[in-house]
Amino acid sequence: MIEVKNIYKGFNGVEILKDVSAVFENGKTSLIIGQSGSGKTVFLKCLLGLFETEKGIISFDGRNYAELGIKVRRKLREEIGMVFQGSALYDSLTVEQNVMFPIKMFKNSSQKEMLIRVNEVLERVNLEKSNKKYPSELSGGMKKRVAIARAIVMNPKYLFCDEPNSGLDPQTSTLIDNLIHEITVENNITTIINSHDMNSVMEIGDKIILLKDGYKVWDGTKDEVFYTDNEAVTSFVYSSNLFKKVREVYTGNIKL
Amino acid sequence: MNYIEHTGKYFAMLKQIFRKPQKWIIFKESLFREMEDIGINSIGITAFISFFVGGVVVIQMALNLENPFIPRYLIGYATRMSLVLEFSPTLMSIILAGKVGSYITSSIGTMRVTEQIDALEVMGVNSLNYLVLPKIIASVVFYPLLVTLGIFLGIYGGMVAGVLTDLISMPDYITGLRTDLDPFHFTYSMIKTVVFAFVIATIPAYHGYYVHGGSLEVGRAGTKAVVWTSVVIIVLNYFLTQMLLS
Repeated sequence: MIEVKNIYKGFNGVEILKDVSAVFENGKTSLIIGQSGSGKTVFLKCLLGLFETEKGIISFDGRNYAELGIKVRRKLREEIGMVFQGSALYDSLTVEQNVMFPIKMFKNSSQKEMLIRVNEVLERVNLEKSNKKYPSELSGGMKKRVAIARAIVMNPKYLFCDEPNSGLDPQTSTLIDNLIHEITVENNITTIINSHDMNSVMEIGDKIILLKDGYKVWDGTKDEVFYTDNEAVTSFVYSSNLFKKVREVYTGNIKL
Repeated sequence: MNYIEHTGKYFAMLKQIFRKPQKWIIFKESLFREMEDIGINSIGITAFISFFVGGVVVIQMALNLENPFIPRYLIGYATRMSLVLEFSPTLMSIILAGKVGSYITSSIGTMRVTEQIDALEVMGVNSLNYLVLPKIIASVVFYPLLVTLGIFLGIYGGMVAGVLTDLISMPDYITGLRTDLDPFHFTYSMIKTVVFAFVIATIPAYHGYYVHGGSLEVGRAGTKAVVWTSVVIIVLNYFLTQMLLS
């Protein structure tokens, strides 16, 4: 479980995150949504420890990140998996080497054991036959799946995804969303996804947090999204006619 | 950001780099990869430039020493001195600053803008140590070999040019090469090379690691890195010469 209490973060005197608090539970997929510039990526990077917060507490299963020493922080980071927006695969390494990298760096496994684990996770993301390919030879969706495989290869307790389906077609987006959700449930991971894809909200959002201008303006489940009157939610989530119709059907205002 | 701030940040970066590698086997793999990228891939350009510059030095010396009272063997002597003291360690380093420096900045800078460095940090990897330390060691180990090769090929190029154009005879040239041989000149050359190798690996790494933005900024960082590396090499060359030779 990750707890965030009253965090603030700014750059050059401009406050980006203001008094944000949230709780992210194990085995649940939480989505951070909001417009571009609302502070989603900064929030995620604060959780990852890439940015130091100015005020507030971020704790991982009771461990306050700010109070941990450098070595303990590095150890904690071994429990974190991250899927970056652009996949962030190492260009000079093959798919197999990319996925193997965290195990090679942090575990003392034999080559055979490492290969078994790599093949296991590649199979889990349906990429069995791509071991020897380089990132430049993969499609966007395949890169995302390799990034997911690399993120879960160490059996993380916490999984972060920054816009995992940006730039993907709707079918591949749904596939990636479902994959992340299944992995979360299977391994009882705390998963946090940054997204402005409303399909993801409807599909896999066990918990949804809406950020606006650096403030947390709403949180709830995907079902609650349909019934809330919160103006920030309705103007953001239902900005497209398609989702307005979906809401109307879901809430019974339109019968099919 | 002012120069003092950059200098402070540069030394703070060095502190992060010089830590014990997290996994020796990965460090060894990176080191061999860098040896190839930074060292072996620079052999061709070093050999080519050194050979022809050696030839040009001999031709120019010969054309400027036409006085019959000046012995011809001085052409060989002057060629050796200019290659050992200045051309191979300093000018070769400036050329390598362009070739290797831009490679280091662009490779690290691209990793920064495509979040590959963030990915390393999130995993708990000391990214500076992982990315830059192998480059420094590869440069510091390999450049003295490149400069030594440059000296020999420059001298050989000079001999070929001088003898083929009939500007100097082979015995005169060899006599010149042996005249007043001071082994410290080679030591001085190697000391300079090691210092310059360190500069060539770290200044471009600094510019690449702290780049912000996209591909345009990576390109600009590469240019800045080459300029600053060359400036620092020239300034250090002056101080090292003052300290070691005067």
